[in-house]
Amino acid sequence: MTALLEVERLQVRFGATAAVRGASLSVAPGETHCLVGESGCGKSVTALAVMNLLARGGGRQAERLAFEGEDLLKLSERGMARLRGNAMAMIFQEPMTSLNPAYTVGSQMTEVLRRHKGASQRVAIDRAADLLARVGITAPGLRLGQFPHQLSGGLRQRVMIAMALMCEPRLLIADEPTTALDVTVQAQILRLLAGLQRDLGLGLLLITHDLGVVARVATRVSVMYAGEVVERAPTAELFANPRHPYTQGLLRCVPVPGKIRRDQPLGAIRGTVPRIGAGFAGCAFRERCDFADETCQRTIPRRSMGAAHDYLCRLPA
Amino acid sequence: MLRFLVRRLVVALLVVATVMTLAFILTRLSGDLAVSIAGPSATQADVDAVRKAYGLDRPLITQFFDWAGRAATGDLGDSYFFKTRVSTLIGERMPVTLTLGITGLLIALIVSLPLGIMAAVRENTVFDRIVQLVALFGQAMPSFWLGLLLMILFGLKLGWLPISGTDSWESYIMPGVVLAFSAIPALTRLTRAGMIQALGSDYIRTARAKGLSRASILLKHALRNAAIPVVAIAAVQLGFMLGGSIVIEQVFALHGVGFLAWESIAKNDFPVVQSVVLVLAVIYVALTMLADLMNAVLDPRLRAA
Repeated sequence: MTALLEVERLQVRFGATAAVRGASLSVAPGETHCLVGESGCGKSVTALAVMNLLARGGGRQAERLAFEGEDLLKLSERGMARLRGNAMAMIFQEPMTSLNPAYTVGSQMTEVLRRHKGASQRVAIDRAADLLARVGITAPGLRLGQFPHQLSGGLRQRVMIAMALMCEPRLLIADEPTTALDVTVQAQILRLLAGLQRDLGLGLLLITHDLGVVARVATRVSVMYAGEVVERAPTAELFANPRHPYTQGLLRCVPVPGKIRRDQPLGAIRGTVPRIGAGFAGCAFRERCDFADETCQRTIPRRSMGAAHDYLCRLPA
Repeated sequence: MLRFLVRRLVVALLVVATVMTLAFILTRLSGDLAVSIAGPSATQADVDAVRKAYGLDRPLITQFFDWAGRAATGDLGDSYFFKTRVSTLIGERMPVTLTLGITGLLIALIVSLPLGIMAAVRENTVFDRIVQLVALFGQAMPSFWLGLLLMILFGLKLGWLPISGTDSWESYIMPGVVLAFSAIPALTRLTRAGMIQALGSDYIRTARAKGLSRASILLKHALRNAAIPVVAIAAVQLGFMLGGSIVIEQVFALHGVGFLAWESIAKNDFPVVQSVVLVLAVIYVALTMLADLMNAVLDPRLRAA
């Protein structure tokens, strides 16, 4: 089966700073693939590079970057625009500012369908109303005529999700869609995304730093650190048998009811993600790792634990 | 929306009242009006007669409320020099000034909007720098000097355009360009700044993620938001052009309101001077209100305020 999205050895630079350093991951049709890691490790930049939406000054390179087998690196900006919002859609972590304040919800939703499918305004409005109802918005007819500032953050994110679904995309990239929202709303939005993914059978690349979310919704997980994917595994396998010290550290930071003890401190990873400049070699985690020695400054091998699980570390399986 | 309108209207009326007071006081500050009207060879008896005839012997406060009360009903009094109604006089001259101002604003917008948008899209390139340099140069150039230069080149040397009068639409091109030149720098810089801000915003990233065309991203999604400060300044600039046409109407011998203002100042025709100031102020206030309304149309958030 061909993967929906294939990313191999993706590199993204902003001037002298390497934001993504050889990240590889793939998303299969109909799966929920979670990309996890702490802030600043290159998750969002990876997603933006896939969509070719990098901010000015960002350059991308990859051995392979393909959507449904089509090479995205060879695609012109015009060709890419035909895919975006159509076969592959994206929602962002800033629902408050991601909608244009000057246009109604209806106008912003319908223009996607009109652009990609040549739909009439009437057809587009009907579809927009259907999708708003589907993402749990009551009185969709009323909401279509409203402006973004009249909606709460949770409602705006629902609108963003509905808008991303207008053209029935095969791939949806959701970049921390719940970070800016209240905790109660976060749960609603995630349940909604998981439900939509299941019902519509779309491939979902969900970027998050919330491992609780990952455990609940992910089919497979890619753990990202300092611009590299350091471990990839099916969800159950990753939680049961994490191999990379960074993954192990992340899992220790999650409070699990029944397993943590009141008198024991919750796990933490010391230090912060380093900025990686030109000429850096070896493991980027070594400064923060309990197992590091001088061999961590050499090139690190990718080790396999069966077909679906691999990790980037000198420590043997 | 209604509250917004009412509040704007009250502020506008206050501004007009202030301008009326200032126009009245300033004409009185220029010296004894009866002496200037009577002329240098007049005797004291003549001056007294003039003072009585024009009602200048009454207390200032009575004179002011008499004038203001009439002006409020549209009666601007009679011109001492032209011997006609001031309202007729201004009515005859206004079309020239309005045509000139609107021509100037249109030329300014036609030049500065595309220039500002292109400079924003090509931010920090050579093109952007050149646009900013030209804008700076334009800002620094006095309009009468530019007017004279254009007259020498296109009027006298090349003979393409008439250098004075209002006989045909071509007469408005050169003065329109000169007026536009004063507004182009500000409008261009504002369009550029607004577009740069808009293009860097999250909703533009969304528009790109939706796969919209470049034209739609630039003109529908970015320009609509960038246009809000531009509309406000364009209205102010049109106000400046109508008032500032005093100089340009001189240079190009256009018989508009600006020319009338200059003539009546020279002739001590103070009812005309007062009225021109008042009418221009009312137009200016009306333009600002129009800009507010247009912005409320452009930005739905302003309607709630």
